[in-house]
Amino acid sequence: MRIALFITCFNDTMFPDTGKAVVRLLERLGHTVDFPAGQACCGQMHFNTGYRREAKPMVGRFAEAFAGYEAVVTPSGSCAGMVRDYHKVLDPEVDPPPVYELSELLVDVLGVTDVGAYFPHRVTYHPTCHSLRMLRVGDKPLKLLRAVRGIDLVELPAAESCCGFGGTFALKNADTSDAMLADKMRHVQSTGAEVLTAGDNSCLMHIGGGLSRLRTGVGTRHLAEILAAQEGDA
Amino acid sequence: MPDNVTWLGTPAFPEAARTALGNNQLRTNLRKATGTIRDKRLAVTGELADWEQLRDAGAALKLRTLRHLDSHLVRLEEAVTKAGGTVHWAADAAEANRIVTELVRATGQTEVVKVKSMATAEIGLNEALAESGISAYETDLAELIVQLGDDRPSHILVPAIHRNRAEIREIFRGAMGEWGRAAPDDLTDEPRDLAEAARLHLREKFLRAKVAVSGANFAAADTGTVGVVESEGNGRMCLTLPETLITVMGIEKVLPSFADLEVFLQLLPRSSTGERMNPYTSMWTGTTEGDGPSDFHLVLLDNGRTATLGDEVGRQALGCIRCSACLNVCPVYERTGGHAYGSVYPGPIGAVLTPQLVGVADKQAASLPFASTLCGACYDACPVKINIPEVLVHLRARAVDEKRGPVPSPETLVMKAAAMTLSSPRRLGWAQRFGAIGGRLVSRGGRIGRLPGPLKRWSDTRDTPVPARESFRAWWQRTRGEGRS
Repeated sequence: MRIALFITCFNDTMFPDTGKAVVRLLERLGHTVDFPAGQACCGQMHFNTGYRREAKPMVGRFAEAFAGYEAVVTPSGSCAGMVRDYHKVLDPEVDPPPVYELSELLVDVLGVTDVGAYFPHRVTYHPTCHSLRMLRVGDKPLKLLRAVRGIDLVELPAAESCCGFGGTFALKNADTSDAMLADKMRHVQSTGAEVLTAGDNSCLMHIGGGLSRLRTGVGTRHLAEILAAQEGDA
Repeated sequence: MPDNVTWLGTPAFPEAARTALGNNQLRTNLRKATGTIRDKRLAVTGELADWEQLRDAGAALKLRTLRHLDSHLVRLEEAVTKAGGTVHWAADAAEANRIVTELVRATGQTEVVKVKSMATAEIGLNEALAESGISAYETDLAELIVQLGDDRPSHILVPAIHRNRAEIREIFRGAMGEWGRAAPDDLTDEPRDLAEAARLHLREKFLRAKVAVSGANFAAADTGTVGVVESEGNGRMCLTLPETLITVMGIEKVLPSFADLEVFLQLLPRSSTGERMNPYTSMWTGTTEGDGPSDFHLVLLDNGRTATLGDEVGRQALGCIRCSACLNVCPVYERTGGHAYGSVYPGPIGAVLTPQLVGVADKQAASLPFASTLCGACYDACPVKINIPEVLVHLRARAVDEKRGPVPSPETLVMKAAAMTLSSPRRLGWAQRFGAIGGRLVSRGGRIGRLPGPLKRWSDTRDTPVPARESFRAWWQRTRGEGRS
């Protein structure tokens, strides 16, 4: 299948390894990945912060960049949710392309749960709010993780509680965000996991930023990177 | 001057939340209480096979009623009048307070007993009555705790959720004597003893009262029946013993027909207290000779509701049945408690209701739609499917547009610059190269630590990764050549 990758401006800039992992994974499964160069941002930050006027042009540009693709994949639950739920709200004239978050594409569209990955580490999974409650990905990421060879997957207590990121919320309401982050980190540490994974690098940057500041020794890794990992990888 | 929806002098949410987050007792009480209610709700909503259909029915009934609110209200007025009641229309808090005050004065009484009511809290009725020399006694146990403690409610359903039993004992011992029958000197903090002290204190009020003031959970337009649901029976005492009953009800509480209660009397108790059925459901239709109050007045309150109805996205907030399930599941509310919202309506529903009732020009009210991570737990819990995240982002846009002026604020300038950058792949590419260099300049050991300026609040507690030396698009360009453009 020919699949267009929507990398998201955030992953493009901060976490290119996640994008490379998506490409590697999908190609390994026998698919062709395109990267439409006209893509930029889906407008989520502006929309969610109240700057609709500024977000609107991004919606048209997005639809233009991905026009004609029958499947667009993105390693971000919240950006996928933005396109699916709110692009029509911002610009009713626009017909948004079919965007799938990675686990949706793999399980629902490509019908695969064992992607042939190998990741010999103790891992816990944080279901991000937008994956869970906007996209309703359910246990698809967990199905994919359970099939990874060598993995020691442990359940995260209070997993469905928000980590406190919320985009500009973490700046505008930093104290409340801190309180939520503290609880999330406590739960992550209680699992004894070496690696925290999720379908969104924004949440992982938030929780990982706190784990790093406290020198907890718990790392973060996007779901795509675990699914792309194979024996012989460093 | 009485409050009107918001509490005068409350700072904007981020500042009020900072104070609340530092209160460890509050944090402990809230964690325990919200956690308990949350689990109870999940158990009793999960056992109904048609729970989702009930939610759909509740949402549809509310939205359809709101579309024809004017005609339902006129029908209600006719039915209540025919049944022997009197209907009054109040455009705002001041008018409602004036109507109630005059009605109490006409009875010659100087005290009233009150059923727990959000509408009368919203308009600051107790304060308004006090200005006219009328004492209003709260009889709901939690409202009594709040009133005796000279405190504010912090939850829609359990207004004293921020108090534990040791604090309640101190409040009872300190203040009950000033308001009526004092608490015994040897009062313990056992729930049974606390309840007994409240029972004796309140019984005196019930037996003496000639006038009661209540809110309403619903009113059926076809029969003129008004109803209150509660857990303690104290409301039932107020609704049946006095001679005069004055009910203040928001105009959005009307239902087209009595039969619609079938849906809401299932949705409400399961969502609010986590019970299959609420213990006391009191309903009355006008007046009945020799049974209950002989004089009944229904005050229909607008106070910003018609303006809210005019907002196609925001109006769904008027469907709220005040169950407070959204508060109990909200990760922000669970940590800050209700006082930080500066309004009688806290939590997610308050964050969408308050700014609409008072307008987004008010700085404190305008801060409320931003008091959410948009995690969506509230929408999942809402028994009438109010899409709270959708209304939150809608109101954020209204708040931002309200502030736009000839001179853009620093935040607007940043957002405009970001939009310029993020809407063009070329400009994004330049920004990525610049960011990678800048990030390296301020990083240590592959991480960016504390930063000054607008990122200070973020970086005080979180490290930030350094932007990649090579962006994804640069890597693709280098390794795969021209992409499809």
